[in-house]
Amino acid sequence: MKMDIKNQSYGDVLVVSPVGRIDHATTEDFRSSLGRFVDRCRKGGESLILDLAGIDYVSSAGLRSFMLANKQAKTQGGVIVVAAMQPVVKEIFEISRFTLIFQTFDDVRGAIDSLSIAQPKTRQS
Amino acid sequence: MLVRFWGTRGSLPFSLTPADIRHKLATALALAIARGVDSTEKARAFIDNDLDFSIGQTYGGQTSCVQIETGLDEFLVCDMGSGARAFGDHVMHTRGGGPITINVLMSHVHWDHIMGFPFFKPAYTRGAKIRIFGCHDVIEKAFRTQQAAPCFPVDFSQLPASIEFIKLDAGKSVEIGGCTVTPMLQLHSGDSFGYRLERDGKSVVYSTDSEHKLEDLAESLAFVKFFRDADLVIFDAMYSLLDAVSVKQDWGHSSALIGVELAQMANVGHLCLFHHEPGHTDEHIQSVLNETIRFEQLTRGTNRLHISAAFDGMEIKV
Repeated sequence: MKMDIKNQSYGDVLVVSPVGRIDHATTEDFRSSLGRFVDRCRKGGESLILDLAGIDYVSSAGLRSFMLANKQAKTQGGVIVVAAMQPVVKEIFEISRFTLIFQTFDDVRGAIDSLSIAQPKTRQS
Repeated sequence: MLVRFWGTRGSLPFSLTPADIRHKLATALALAIARGVDSTEKARAFIDNDLDFSIGQTYGGQTSCVQIETGLDEFLVCDMGSGARAFGDHVMHTRGGGPITINVLMSHVHWDHIMGFPFFKPAYTRGAKIRIFGCHDVIEKAFRTQQAAPCFPVDFSQLPASIEFIKLDAGKSVEIGGCTVTPMLQLHSGDSFGYRLERDGKSVVYSTDSEHKLEDLAESLAFVKFFRDADLVIFDAMYSLLDAVSVKQDWGHSSALIGVELAQMANVGHLCLFHHEPGHTDEHIQSVLNETIRFEQLTRGTNRLHISAAFDGMEIKV
């Protein structure tokens, strides 16, 4: 099943908005679709916001793909945050302890503001 | 079938310390005072009905040993972890002086799955028949080696019981102890094997020491097929999901949340969390169980999956 992923740039912040379920059947497609955005998430590049408003379920396989994306971004000096989770997805993140590895925001606006403030400081250091 | 758990802990036996028991008592007494418990009868009812299992009891600490009671005279058991000592006592008590035949299904021969055998009384009983089944070539070697000097005072060759080792093949069903038994290869250091046991239209899957590679859809679907419509799946839930896919990846174990997903896909009736991490307290295991039950509620399709956490002495009727 092909996963629809929209994206929108806000300066140095890239918002990626997948839609649907990220489960055993769709994880591989999600991973490959997300990969091209994660490649851009690096020091001096774009910070990435995973806008999960359109996701109503994330399986353990889906969570692992998030973790791999985060690992790659960190290696590249980039930052990935998660925003706008539906209540079910938010609870799955909490139960699975993935809130320990991702900074989360209630909405995309808040995530953009946070990353926009953080970025210039990063560049100065 | 009746499934009876003699050992449920992973890797290493675990024992409550005096401090652990003191903590349980203090917590229970404080709650009892708050509830106005003022008689022995009320105290018993309070423990049975109101107190969290993790406070009033313990998940226990013996390593893997799970009996499947079929109603036949022959015994059937999975693995010979330290729980096998108590299982052996049960066999001796049940049989008295009568004939003893025990069928053992071995998931693999890592130490925590064989360490109970040197203390297994039927092995010291002349006339007892013990048949040890498994898919590894090294099972007999492992059983003999762990009792060789200087590690143990009684050499395997001195055991008076009749002990036979029988090789099984993954995917090939055989009749053992009144059940149709089908082994399946699992991902674990040195390989492990799960067992699907079927009898009278009921099915139990024993799947411990098994890591699941989440990105491998074919692997997931193979386990969904193995678990398909099982009444009970006993599942390796040693790690949190986060640990299982990060720092403890490739350590050969799984997580409760992965168990829920596979069980839901396979239309399993009851998922039993098993092979508890030896460093986890009763409160931690209870917390994992509560969160897993909540996860099942959040992700439930049409059928409810019952979830429990195994403890030493637990019985599940299938």
